[in-house]
Amino acid sequence: MITVTEHAEKERHPLARKRFIIFVSVGTMLFVSAIASLMIGAVSFSITEIWNGIFSSVDSLERRIVWELRVPRMLIGLIVGMCLASAGAILQGIMRNPLADPGIIGVSSGAGLAATVIMILFPAYIILLPAAAFLGALVTALVIYAMSWKGGASPVRIILVGVAINAVIGAAMSALMLLYSDRVQSVLPWLAGGVAGVGWVQFEMIIYYAIAALVLAVFGIPHIRILRLGDEMAKLLGHKVERSRFFLILLSTLLAGIAVSVSGLIGFVGLVVPHIVRTLVGGDYRYLLPISALGGGLLVVVADTIARSAFSPIELPVGILLSFLGGPFFLYLIQKRRNSFVDN
Amino acid sequence: MLTTESLSFSHSANFQLANIDLEIKPGEIVSLIGPNGSGKSTFLRLISRLIAPHSGTVVLDGRSIEQMKTKEVAKTLAMLPQMQDHQLDLTVGELVEFGRHPHRKTYGKPSHEDEEMVEWALSVTKLSSYRNRMLHSLSGGERQRAWIAMAIAQHPKILLLDEPTTYLDISHQLEVMELVRSLNETSGMTVVMVLHDINQAARYSDRLIVLKEGQVRFDGIPQCVFCQDMFRSIFEIEADIFMKDGLYFFSPKKLRKGDCCETGRYEKRTVGH
Repeated sequence: MITVTEHAEKERHPLARKRFIIFVSVGTMLFVSAIASLMIGAVSFSITEIWNGIFSSVDSLERRIVWELRVPRMLIGLIVGMCLASAGAILQGIMRNPLADPGIIGVSSGAGLAATVIMILFPAYIILLPAAAFLGALVTALVIYAMSWKGGASPVRIILVGVAINAVIGAAMSALMLLYSDRVQSVLPWLAGGVAGVGWVQFEMIIYYAIAALVLAVFGIPHIRILRLGDEMAKLLGHKVERSRFFLILLSTLLAGIAVSVSGLIGFVGLVVPHIVRTLVGGDYRYLLPISALGGGLLVVVADTIARSAFSPIELPVGILLSFLGGPFFLYLIQKRRNSFVDN
Repeated sequence: MLTTESLSFSHSANFQLANIDLEIKPGEIVSLIGPNGSGKSTFLRLISRLIAPHSGTVVLDGRSIEQMKTKEVAKTLAMLPQMQDHQLDLTVGELVEFGRHPHRKTYGKPSHEDEEMVEWALSVTKLSSYRNRMLHSLSGGERQRAWIAMAIAQHPKILLLDEPTTYLDISHQLEVMELVRSLNETSGMTVVMVLHDINQAARYSDRLIVLKEGQVRFDGIPQCVFCQDMFRSIFEIEADIFMKDGLYFFSPKKLRKGDCCETGRYEKRTVGH
């Protein structure tokens, strides 16, 4: 009996079982927390009430709160989390650096500057905010990529150039806010990041882009896998390293830009989720990327539910809560890992 | 099969490869030896198109590699750079499957031929039973064999190895060298490698190419290259050279230039013996 099981173990990938368990648990947790996020809030509902709220078209309190407010907000949280975590996972893979996140390629600073400019200087065009944030993210990422180019854009150069450009943009934002300190009030919640007050309009605005970008991310998986062998090895295997990396950076910008355009600057998801998932299922992107996407969705949905209900009547922007809880948790992870290194 | 025509490259004033003309014949095992900074690795990186020459060309099967598609080159020529220090969380089987990359479309399942080549690469490197083991759970020698398996799964005509035995203990070194020899004998694979151990180079190669300061100084069968003059002019050492069963090996005696370590002062002696 024992030998048969041992043999079966050898035939399989050593992580196969773990990956399956993690995938199923994250999926289940996501489903449960999505339902819970519809139930919990200033007004609590039972499962039946939610069912009625979604599927009966009779105008009622459930209908108005569940269908008009909580469902789109939950879905947007889900999409934002999936996009941010995928963007982070892709960047960590192609930079071969566990600290890479959408902030590094200028997505946060670029979107932040564009949003600040619109909100402070052109408040009349506030309707253009999502588009401007997205464009700001894209342009900054392209500038960073172009300035890193020196017969190829190596990960280290991209990270260093990113630090410099982000510093300049950060200064520009601070300057704007100081010069127009009377108008800063409108900018702060956006910079903190959150999905308060979003509805079906915002959902429709991003859903098609999000689906397209997430599908593209799936097609990016083989490219990320080969880039993880290192630039030299990938080149030696006949892979067009620079081309893959360029498109993958563009794709993460798109993913993060989609998130930023509706939710402002939600940090940490892109950094921390792929990191946690990697410690659980390993670095193979066929598993890491999809599970990270689900994990990102899970994290934002759960965090947003807590942020809007736990401190009632105050609604905390989810971005603040995420950084508050995520920071210490990340430190804990690093600590735990260091100990396990010592043990080995 | 592989020729270089006045290949030149420099990245600083003190280092340049100048006008290297070499021809690698099919089925040869060629070892590049020479002191640190002599340009051995750079030469390998040039012919594997990791870096572009400033002038000159590398001709592979009658075509300049610059004009070939990158995947075309990878189907004929595989190279293993110096030991990778990062630990990838892949299994041996997954790593070796990457060797099929040049032969495959990016999307879609591996073909029957792909699978056969992976099986073959695993079996000649004696790693078939390790297929589902994680790379980082292997010993240094096993891991190096796994990387070699990946390179040969490319089914190359020419295999380039940059110091394949560095950081391995002596039995694993011999294991790798025996593997190289058997690949050459059974599959007719041409091998060009940079080796640090000159005795191993002499033992396992058909031909030694000695570089110094970016130039080819000696080129020939081990018997011809192994001479006092080579050790003096290239490595600046005095060496005893022995021969046993038709194989040559050497043992270093002392440094030729100033005995700085013993006397505490550097005295440059004029060359002459």
